[in-house]
Amino acid sequence: MTLGGNGQGTVVKLTKRDFVSDQEVRWCPGCGDYAILAQMQKVLPELGIPREKFVFVSGIGCSSRFPYYMNTYGFHGIHGRAPAIATGIKVCNPDLSVWVVTGDGDGLSIGGNHLLHAMRRNVDIKIVLFNNRIYGLTKGQYSPTSEFGKKTKSSPMGTVEMPVNPICLALAAEATFVARSVDRHTDHLAYVLERAARHKGVAFVEVFQNCNIFNDGAFEPFADRSVKDDRMVVLEHGKPLIFGKNRDKGIRLNGTTLEVVTLGDGITESDLLVHDEKRPDPAIAFLLARMDYPEYPVPVGVFRAVEKPTYDELVNAQIEAAIAERGQGDLEKLLRSGDIWVIE
Amino acid sequence: MGEKTSAFTTVGPEVRHQIVELETVTVRFAGDSGDGIQLTGTLFTNTTALVGNDLGTFPDYPAEIRAPAGTLPGVSAYQICFSSQDVRTPGDQPDVLVAFNPAALKVHLPDLPEGGMILVNVDAFTEYNLKKAGYTSNPLEDGSLAKYRVYKIPMTTATLSALRQIDLPSKDKERCKNFWALGLVYWLFDRPLEPTLRWIEQRFRKNPTIAQANATALRAGYAYGDAAEIFTVHYRVRRAQIAPGVYRKITGNEALALGLITASQLAGRPLFYASYPITPASDILHELALHKNFGVRTFQAEDEIAAMCAAIGAAFAGYLGATGTSGPGMCLKSEAINLAVMVELPVVICDIQRAGPSTGMPTKTEQGDLLQALFGRNSESPVAVVAPATPADCFSMAIEAFRIATKYMTPVILLSDGYLANGAEPWRLPSVEELPKIELRFRTDPNDFYPYLRDPETLARPWAIPGTPGLEHRIGGLEKQHITGNVSYDPQNHELMVKLRAEKIARIAEDIPLLDVFGEPEGKVLVVGWGSTYGAITSAVEHWQKKGASVSSIHLRYLNPFPRNLGEILHRFEKILVPELNLGQLALLLRGRYLVDAIPFSKVQGRPFKISEIIDRIGELL
Ligand code: SF4
Repeated sequence: MTLGGNGQGTVVKLTKRDFVSDQEVRWCPGCGDYAILAQMQKVLPELGIPREKFVFVSGIGCSSRFPYYMNTYGFHGIHGRAPAIATGIKVCNPDLSVWVVTGDGDGLSIGGNHLLHAMRRNVDIKIVLFNNRIYGLTKGQYSPTSEFGKKTKSSPMGTVEMPVNPICLALAAEATFVARSVDRHTDHLAYVLERAARHKGVAFVEVFQNCNIFNDGAFEPFADRSVKDDRMVVLEHGKPLIFGKNRDKGIRLNGTTLEVVTLGDGITESDLLVHDEKRPDPAIAFLLARMDYPEYPVPVGVFRAVEKPTYDELVNAQIEAAIAERGQGDLEKLLRSGDIWVIE
Repeated sequence: MGEKTSAFTTVGPEVRHQIVELETVTVRFAGDSGDGIQLTGTLFTNTTALVGNDLGTFPDYPAEIRAPAGTLPGVSAYQICFSSQDVRTPGDQPDVLVAFNPAALKVHLPDLPEGGMILVNVDAFTEYNLKKAGYTSNPLEDGSLAKYRVYKIPMTTATLSALRQIDLPSKDKERCKNFWALGLVYWLFDRPLEPTLRWIEQRFRKNPTIAQANATALRAGYAYGDAAEIFTVHYRVRRAQIAPGVYRKITGNEALALGLITASQLAGRPLFYASYPITPASDILHELALHKNFGVRTFQAEDEIAAMCAAIGAAFAGYLGATGTSGPGMCLKSEAINLAVMVELPVVICDIQRAGPSTGMPTKTEQGDLLQALFGRNSESPVAVVAPATPADCFSMAIEAFRIATKYMTPVILLSDGYLANGAEPWRLPSVEELPKIELRFRTDPNDFYPYLRDPETLARPWAIPGTPGLEHRIGGLEKQHITGNVSYDPQNHELMVKLRAEKIARIAEDIPLLDVFGEPEGKVLVVGWGSTYGAITSAVEHWQKKGASVSSIHLRYLNPFPRNLGEILHRFEKILVPELNLGQLALLLRGRYLVDAIPFSKVQGRPFKISEIIDRIGELL
């Protein structure tokens, strides 16, 4: 337990250190979670929000230990339910910056329902889903994002399940902010987290996170520094989709299909798809989200960032409207509503 | 009350429309679920309340929204007992059965005592409808109803003829027949039409033709009673001698909703009510959603689990968090209730019990969730449990639940049931000024703040809400270290925390009222009840007391912890009878806690106890 802050609520310039709790971090050495924690602690002081206004809510799993390491308010909940707890917190105190930290098992398996509904409601909470495509805390069973055929402790002959794509799911729920980054791409991760933090409405961020114990190197084939330029594409608003070490490849929209093209030979930048994160309908974002290695470069960045009224805002607006219309509730009157009679 | 039937069946001298005074009457309306039975019953109840009778009601309807018309499963009923004396139940047996069709007659005839009055809509007794109800011959003609006083009334044709001048399709006109019948019953019991006319005018403000049709039908039914030569008498039930005050009619669910709002007003913090629609709890959500100008936030969650979790989130944020459900929803909520136990946040969980297990019989009542409320979670998971005794008591116990929850920082389960939820009674309005405030203590001082440093008296941990500078801390479902609240796997610490959580709940016993014994403080038979059985038990015990038998009763509104004097009272009686709408759950607890030979008296038929059933069972012990 840390007795932090100046106790006065005045905004002092916070630093990364202000967000480090006194709890010993218990992830396996080398786990991708460390990098995400570090970037979060780096980004939060930049937001100009007093520390006591942050709340981190989590479920169960390796990622869900996150709140213990943040010197903010924190709630380590139960498996999969963090979005529901966070919704309660945010609706009651819209002033808070409420974060949900979840994993592929927590968020997409046991908690899939809550994730879906928090996103479609556009509750102004920030959801960071650490996707390591495995169950870590329970020691190595396949997860809803494990690739088809993956051999794990619970699938010795390989899984016979199709994985879910978290970005596609978020887009289908019409989350107003949808992004992806990679644990080790620290600058990009910091950028995405900050964008999420500043978004008004639900923000869903998938982070490819390496579990070096049970699924080491899951993202290496495309995310490793040596190959990522050729095998990943960074989405940037208003810019054509170009990738490759030599910036010579791009993504073109052909009918309803995306295709990888090489610049030159009559193909120029103007033929490429220009990324529009503000596009109201999520159809193109969905096409992008479906791009996967090796057929396509794996996209990272902000898929979608649109503005819509938030759930918490609308709920509280109704309260104000009701008070404006009917006046502050009068209990005596309420109890006497309907037909009453008097016994002398 | 057992004697009232004979009084009622005495037909007065053959003077036209003589008024016969009665003390207590029970009327049951029964018809197709599409006939507007619940509405008819409710309007009759409203008027009866306004004329000053004491009353109790029992709506009994099918789970299907529209079961096939004319069939036995499609029958919906509404019973009301009203009296110039104290009423504690909706009555054991109807004196008057208003049957809108053959199916309704068939389903409800077995409950009618000999000599009972039947008003049937003779127009509905067609060959087709008789067949649907499974009659091989017409009971109105084959003499099978000879034991009853049957009035064959052409409700449909009379309604249509009354509405001749009104420009509506005859299908719509026909639908006014419940108002026509209501008018007739008003005449029969000498009740005014005005409250219902007012209601019609308001309800159909936007559709004056329908309003006119219903009002005309109502008046025509009344006039029919007066003019037709079939009734020789009608009846009057005088005002009840009840305590002076301002009254309204209230159902358990309405009272519960108002209680939650009142708790929030008394505490000065807004209410956050999260719920997933479920019978018979949904009305609470509907009612609360109407009162946003009291700052009430309602959240229709994606499921039961989310509702509980969101309520916990609200409590963490410093609101009065509550959720409401029924048995199947309780199953889903248990994990999150346990989280609330671990993080020690105040949440009120309203379980409007219904017949189970599983989906069971959604619209039928039961008290089967007592043990679930106490023990239905993994490991040692103490929560406070309260249970209102009457519909109006739901108001008081909702406030009480929040008082306990916030003072002791604990989830509190409130056990209502379908019978209380939908049953109505007159409610003497409390004076808001006299209701005690609920004192909330939010921690603000960062000095020596520890999330699990307990109040030495209540053992409550501090309520430190996000947004408070200097109190940043983490809570969660993992075991906590005493005082610091850090995660701890220390064996001694775990045992200490398990005991502290138990002790905290146990100490609530110091803070709740002692039990009052109804009757002599010691003697032969003690009847012990809890929750909605209060009315039937009390009336049955009173019956024996009037006969001079040594029978007393106590009624538990606090199930965990029990009131401090419970054990002592139990030991002062030779025999202990525990009537419950389950297979003996309270009896099991009493046996376990107090080593007494509590005799269970079970009923699990989806229906409340009749007074006579308890009278008979007590009789066997005397
Ligand atoms: S098991 Fe995997 S995800 Fe969990 S802490 Fe270890 S490395 Fe990280």
